Amino acid sequence: MTNQMLKSFASALALGASVFATGALAKSDITIAMQLEPPHLDPTSAAAQAIDSVVYTNIFEGLTRFMGDGSVVPGLAESWEISEDGTVYTFKLHDGVTFHDGTTMDAEDVKFSLDRASAEDSANAQKALFAGIESVEVVDPLTVKVTLSEPDGNFLFNMAWGDAVIVSPDSIDNITTNPVGTGAYTFGNWVQGDSITLIRNPDYWGAQPALEAATFKFISDPTAAFAAMMAEDVDVFDNFPAPENLPQFEADPRFQVLVGSTEGETILSTNNKKPPFDDIRVRQALAHAIDRQAIIDGAMFGYGTPIGTHFAPHNPAYVDLTGNSAYDPEKAAKLLADAGYEEGFKTTLHLPPPSYARRGGEIIAAQLAEVGITAEIINVEWAQWLESVFKGKDYDLTVISHTEPMDIGIYARPDYYFQYDSLDAQTLMETLNATTDPEERKKLLGDMQRLISTDYVNGYLFQLPKLGIAKAGVQGLWMNAPTAAIDLTQISWSE
Amino acid sequence: MLRYALKRLISLLISLAVASVVIFAVIEVAPGDPASFMLGVNAQEDTLAALRAELGLDVSKAQRYFNWVGGMLVGDFGTSYTYRTPVSQMIADRLWVSLPLALYALTLSTLIAFPAGIYAAARRGKPGDLTVMGATQLGIAVPNFWFAMMLVLIFAINLRWFNAGGFAGWDQGLWTGLHSLTLPAIALALPQAAILARVMRSSLLDILGEDFMRTARAKGLSRRQALWRHGVRNALIPVLTIIGLQFSFLLAGSIIIEQVFYLPGLGRLVFQAISARDLIVVESVVMLLVFAVITVNFLVDLAYAAVDPRLRSRT
Repeated sequence: MTNQMLKSFASALALGASVFATGALAKSDITIAMQLEPPHLDPTSAAAQAIDSVVYTNIFEGLTRFMGDGSVVPGLAESWEISEDGTVYTFKLHDGVTFHDGTTMDAEDVKFSLDRASAEDSANAQKALFAGIESVEVVDPLTVKVTLSEPDGNFLFNMAWGDAVIVSPDSIDNITTNPVGTGAYTFGNWVQGDSITLIRNPDYWGAQPALEAATFKFISDPTAAFAAMMAEDVDVFDNFPAPENLPQFEADPRFQVLVGSTEGETILSTNNKKPPFDDIRVRQALAHAIDRQAIIDGAMFGYGTPIGTHFAPHNPAYVDLTGNSAYDPEKAAKLLADAGYEEGFKTTLHLPPPSYARRGGEIIAAQLAEVGITAEIINVEWAQWLESVFKGKDYDLTVISHTEPMDIGIYARPDYYFQYDSLDAQTLMETLNATTDPEERKKLLGDMQRLISTDYVNGYLFQLPKLGIAKAGVQGLWMNAPTAAIDLTQISWSE
Repeated sequence: MLRYALKRLISLLISLAVASVVIFAVIEVAPGDPASFMLGVNAQEDTLAALRAELGLDVSKAQRYFNWVGGMLVGDFGTSYTYRTPVSQMIADRLWVSLPLALYALTLSTLIAFPAGIYAAARRGKPGDLTVMGATQLGIAVPNFWFAMMLVLIFAINLRWFNAGGFAGWDQGLWTGLHSLTLPAIALALPQAAILARVMRSSLLDILGEDFMRTARAKGLSRRQALWRHGVRNALIPVLTIIGLQFSFLLAGSIIIEQVFYLPGLGRLVFQAISARDLIVVESVVMLLVFAVITVNFLVDLAYAAVDPRLRSRT
């Protein structure tokens, strides 16, 4: 048998060697791996971040857009004017912009896109972004006037989301499988389950990007991700699933490791209406019982920035409030005693699948046990989490990363699953929404952060890191993720 | 014979009907709304309702069951909730990976197992037999995903002879396709080969003790000639049964290997669909696999009956 076995092995190996010899690629394309495959390619009708990772700014563009540092800059709109009272935005569109099918992008398309997103039967996952739009008017082919029902200081920011990109009525029917946008890359090919290829758009209205083509590959298994990177099958891993392997890549001169920040505030969400968590002393006790650094070290292998409120640390308006909930188990025990729980109490902790939640949850449960709180861990799938925790509000505690950018407004929604009903928070958000002055907004955002921090609405843990790995020669990758995007227009190979 | 075939056919149809009810019930009973999974945490109630209507989720469970079964009867497996493409097309695409992979692995496993089993049987109790049996014991004990990782480590990361995973598609050429399936096929094949080699050996040993083998030797054939001319052929029947079982196992059961090598096969499709609550895809793929197994059994039953008339009268 050994002969036979060796023979079949040898032939398999010979097969390998023959294909290997045809390697060697010119560096004008790139292969980028991401964890999840997009379900389809319409960013305006699903919440899946993988869609934006592939199409945002590559295939589709909006009136405004995010840059890698989180700033909002003009996109298809080259400029705009805001009326005195802050309710009318007049956008001046770039001239000479065409969709990939050759049709011209004009004010009619903008009206179509915004009307479609805010329509009654709209399938937009972020419909709230468009809720304030009262009307969209075409002034001339390159001018469009958007009237809001009330001033919204966030409007230009909202229009930069992937859910607000401009689409063409001519190609809307096939948008899920054959997206037609205005971006620097056109859709090439999709081998479902394996990869998506984008090709440079020679007719792009803006500057021509360096890369001719890009392939996105989908690898969710951490071991497979490690192997693909080490074997150099892929050039970039957008968000690497195995933080424990990063030191190995850091030590390898073939690779660069890009540790940045995302918009994901990882928190210990607390049901503020459910006893005993309706007592602020109990919530404060939770906050002091938690040792953030131990969670970051244990669950994230040291990657992640501690936060003391629901706000991204890389944002200029961020206030460091971690001091409000410093690790102090004695204080926690005393607060519990004051609230009438000398003996502690029993509660539950729902954990969705991501490793930050499952690993982090175990550590939190152990830390809570130190102060006498017994948290029973319940592992749930995403769909179950959405159903029972998020929609049903049937939970005590859960660990989750809130990845939407600038989502502090959720604290002004008493029906949100935290069930935090504070008139102060609601008034503050109303004032904020009506304010357009940047300095004033920054101050109000600071107030809001302080309010939820000292109300101990949730346990604030850490900002979810973006752990990128790339071959040493790749330039222009986003370090941070102000939104889910892999902006190909900025990427190039160094000589 | 016709009556027998008719009876088997009726029992096949009943099995399929029962299977469809069980599959539907089990998958639908798990909590989780596909629409809210797709639209995420910021979705508004009216958006969710619109999507549910679009997906056909707003009707009663019974109605949905009949829509699903009715569609399948005319070859329409429905449209995937998340991918928004016809399920039948997705299954067809994935079969182009899973089917060749299963066949490739089965071929490798047979090529390894036959010589190994025959060699071991011919040298029963000698060091050669013990070595092969030891190796097969190891082959059964080692989990195939671990073995897959070792293959990747050696042949993809260190030697760079293969890609660590992925499948470029058959349109890149037959060699490229086979090349990217080689490591997964080896990982899948070895544990199967170990089982098959043991079956081959024991089946052959049974035959070697039969009277007709003694007769063959008495007629003057050497041990080797008797083994090849009369032994192997008769030992094949149980071996072929095992190969048949292994094929359906390889087709349906390569989920983990497809995950390790990130291959776009049926197993990974089901895996993704389950976590995304893409119920229609899960239901349809599972139903298809059940259909394949039941149909193969049906054909095997008919084949047995054709060979062995006693079976016909017994049923």
